Amino acid sequence: MQKGQLIFIGLGLYDETDLSVKAIQEIKTCDFVYAEFYTSSLMGTTKDRIEHIIGKPIQLLSREETENNENILKRAENEAVAFLVGGDPMTATTHLDLRLSAIKRGIPTRIIHSSSIVTAVPGLLGLQNYKFGRTTTLAYPEKNYFPVSPYHIIKENKERGLHTLVLLDIQAEKKRYMTANEGLQLLLQMEQKVEEKIINDTTVACVVARAGSKNPFLRADTIKSLQSIDFGPPLHTIVIPGNLHFMELEALVTIAGLPNKIAETMQKP
Amino acid sequence: MGRKEDNVKRARDIMNKLDYIRNIDIAAHIDHGKTTFSDNLLAGCGMMSEELAGKQLVLDYDEQEQARGITINAACASMVHSFREKEYLINLIDTPGHVDFGGDVTRAMRAVDGCIVLVCAVEGPMPQTETVVRQALREKVKPVLFINKVDRLINELRLTPPEMQQRFIKIISKFNELVDKMVPEEFKGKWNVKVEDGSVAFGSAFNNWAISAPYMKKTGISFKDIYDYCSKNDQKSIAKKLPIHEVVLDMVVDHLPSPKVAQKYRIPHIWRGDLEHTVGKSMMECREDGPLALMVTKIIIDPHAGEVAIGRMYSGKVERGQDVYVIGMPNANRIQQTNLMVGADKIPVDYVTAGNIAAVTGIRDAIAGSTVSSDPEMEPFERIVHISDPVVTVAVEAKNTKDLPKLIEVLRLISKADPSIQIEIDQQTGENLMSGMGELHLEITEYRIRNEHKVDIVTSEPIVVYRECVTKKSPYKFEGKSPNKHNRFYIEVEPLPENVIKALYNNEIPQNVKKYKKEVAKILQDLGMDKDAAKGVFAFNKLNIIADVTKGIQHLFETRELIKEAFDEVMKSGPIASEPCQGLLISLVDAKLHEDAIHRGPAQVIPAARNAIYGAIIISDPVLLEPMQKVFISTPQDLMGDASRELNQRRAIVRDMQVEGDLVNIDAKAPVADMFGFASAIRSATGGRVLWNTENMGFEPLPRSLQDKIIKLIRERKGLKPEPYPPEYYMG
Ligand SMILES: Nc1nc2c(ncn2[C@@H]2O[C@H](COP(=O)(O)OP(=O)(O)OP(=O)(O)O)[C@@H](O)[C@H]2O)c(=O)[nH]1
Ligand SMILES: [Mg+2]
Repeated sequence: MQKGQLIFIGLGLYDETDLSVKAIQEIKTCDFVYAEFYTSSLMGTTKDRIEHIIGKPIQLLSREETENNENILKRAENEAVAFLVGGDPMTATTHLDLRLSAIKRGIPTRIIHSSSIVTAVPGLLGLQNYKFGRTTTLAYPEKNYFPVSPYHIIKENKERGLHTLVLLDIQAEKKRYMTANEGLQLLLQMEQKVEEKIINDTTVACVVARAGSKNPFLRADTIKSLQSIDFGPPLHTIVIPGNLHFMELEALVTIAGLPNKIAETMQKP
Repeated sequence: MGRKEDNVKRARDIMNKLDYIRNIDIAAHIDHGKTTFSDNLLAGCGMMSEELAGKQLVLDYDEQEQARGITINAACASMVHSFREKEYLINLIDTPGHVDFGGDVTRAMRAVDGCIVLVCAVEGPMPQTETVVRQALREKVKPVLFINKVDRLINELRLTPPEMQQRFIKIISKFNELVDKMVPEEFKGKWNVKVEDGSVAFGSAFNNWAISAPYMKKTGISFKDIYDYCSKNDQKSIAKKLPIHEVVLDMVVDHLPSPKVAQKYRIPHIWRGDLEHTVGKSMMECREDGPLALMVTKIIIDPHAGEVAIGRMYSGKVERGQDVYVIGMPNANRIQQTNLMVGADKIPVDYVTAGNIAAVTGIRDAIAGSTVSSDPEMEPFERIVHISDPVVTVAVEAKNTKDLPKLIEVLRLISKADPSIQIEIDQQTGENLMSGMGELHLEITEYRIRNEHKVDIVTSEPIVVYRECVTKKSPYKFEGKSPNKHNRFYIEVEPLPENVIKALYNNEIPQNVKKYKKEVAKILQDLGMDKDAAKGVFAFNKLNIIADVTKGIQHLFETRELIKEAFDEVMKSGPIASEPCQGLLISLVDAKLHEDAIHRGPAQVIPAARNAIYGAIIISDPVLLEPMQKVFISTPQDLMGDASRELNQRRAIVRDMQVEGDLVNIDAKAPVADMFGFASAIRSATGGRVLWNTENMGFEPLPRSLQDKIIKLIRERKGLKPEPYPPEYYMG
């Protein structure tokens, strides 16, 4: 009979106070605590402060250590192991493999949910989650890798009148977080490459910075205007809106500062 | 003004009269007399003193060349020759004959339009003769024939005039057979040599005379006269009447094409850009007012000037202070000096124009094979392929650890100057591997490191370089997983058919698949490759191909360059012994990708594809291939036994044996690995009375009985665990 288990615990969006009471209680009963911060990071806090709240040391895992999950599984065979992840544990991550591997070894698994950027951003902007198409992520271009699939996804969504949530690359190990400005620039570069006329200077986009913090920054405007704004510290997220419901449009004007002049042109007759 | 200076000035004046230029090289089997011959041409044209010609060997100016009496480096010389009252500028390259330095011959062929093939009248056409004729014709370089050492037929072999005649006929028809076999289609029947039209000349490079049919006519001197002079031991008189440079350079001017004529058919052959516009058009017309297009064929390290790039000007003009681009490198280089070359001497000129051979300093980024242009976007020239890759390696260490940085710098310089030397530097262990074409090649390079670059080194025993291949098609598609397990690639591998390998080897397939997709697919299909595979080919690596035969997998295209990276990695270092792969067709048959680009980046795709390729090779009965050599031995009958014994000890197979008078000619093949030390072994076994030479002949499967042993040896030497990994290891 195994007594181990593996509990995936979401940490939420921004700082240690995002941890739910349930999360903290679960962690307290665990024998060992891992965390990975490479898929998303809580920018408003530190490992120390989280350790202070949960009253336990955390062992941080690199991407390689997480992917080559042998050590985690070994431990979880006999101990209760918590695996902390920013946001909601199974959203925009590849941890399903870890969970399946655990189950295959007979290790029970559970998930403690938390809030995710995927719902927070539409909520902050006043956009309806019903109206989002596929989510996409912009990766930092690397040697031999400049994926333009985000462009195609935006195009597909747009053609169906849907909004696109555009997440931005996090390279926590290099302390490199893509800014909205960099992201918009990449989208314009993709347009130059693919030339299907989806994105240009006058395209309206929305930017959310530091979702989950006390003072998230929101702005909707043309890409050109957005590019000259300093959105402050990370994390940033972009939304490329599709067709806007009149309530959504009002929200963008009221909450995200979309200039009236532009809003008028977006009003469906 | 001395005669030499005067000649230099005349050379400058002709440089832009295209009809009056010939770019040629001298190529032959080892010791057939190329350098003696070239020196005498130079001397005849007043570029060096006549007394020294053939003795000093201006073109073998290197210390090691002088000491060993062989040519190691291709050397250039420009000279002026009068023909029918007009002055011509002849740019000549003398090339080495020893197989180990064959890369230099291949590269020199790119710089020239015509070639004088020397054949020793005593030995006749030899294996290297065939090789150089192939090298010339492959570059569309037109050959003429010079039969050398005719004096020896008379004075040593004491042949009668009819016997001599017989021998000449035999040599000429053998030569024409070689031409027929390999000549480009458009020149079939046109590039054969004939005594009557003067495209064959005979003579003695050493004694400085030559004769051809036009000269017999012109001077009234017959073979009979020559025979008599030789018999009387008075070759000086013949040299006076029939100076070699007059006879030979007349032949060159009359039979070999000017750059203007040659570039019309050579450019489409060596360059795949648009011929109708800008640089393409300018090269087709050999224009000096067009954009600069220079192909670097050799880098020499000059003690004073540093790196000197030598190459052929195909278009435009190169001059000091000009900013030029080495294609593929980001920044402009500034030309410091432009020169014409004579042996080790550089003769500064203000500029060098299209159609000539230039020696230029300041192009820091250039290596042999670089395309240099005024336009950074210029389509580069086709790469120059040399027939054989390095097959022998030694480990090189600095005797004093403090010399290590210097050694690394020296090794880098050496491999730049001699592209046939490959260097692998291991920063951690300080052990550097140096690979070359043969034992002699490495021996000479080691000497240079010690004596010219003054770094004391310790070297290991030579070892051969192996190749990895498979013997059957993968029994199933091998699955490789990405570290996050959300991406999977499925690979099958099979041996490439012989004719495809040959086409790759002969550079008959454009390497830039992106640009020439249709052409590549067509060539491969014509060679019998399956239509889907041929269309799916997206990269080459040496003699290996990778094809994508999947259909309609979303986002797969984005990962292609990453798959190619994985492919390159595996081809460079295969799964059984970390040796390069050769002759593989890798097919990507299926793939499953994560939806989001962030979870299928380089860190995920490269390992997944790499494991899939490794695994596919492992399940397809992989084998090690070893380099083989042709070995030709010419031995007196009484030493036949000793020579055979030497061969038998070396896993050699005798392919042919012919008796010629008192001599037996043995044609054998043997593994390079077993031929180390052959030179001194056969010398001591036969008292040096046996003549022999070798030629690399590619790779063949190592006998089954040796596979495991050698694999283990290589792996242990490389610090790997003794056995290759099983398929499970690559399943992830
Ligand atoms: N008798 C005689 N000897 C010659 C003649 N031409 C060259 N030799 C001799 O042949 C030997 C080789 O001559 P090289 O000019 O070094 O030959 P090579 O072809 O340049 O040699 P590699 O560059 O090493 O391949 C020398 O000893 C020459 O003196 C000739 O016409 N007659
Ligand atoms: Mg020579």
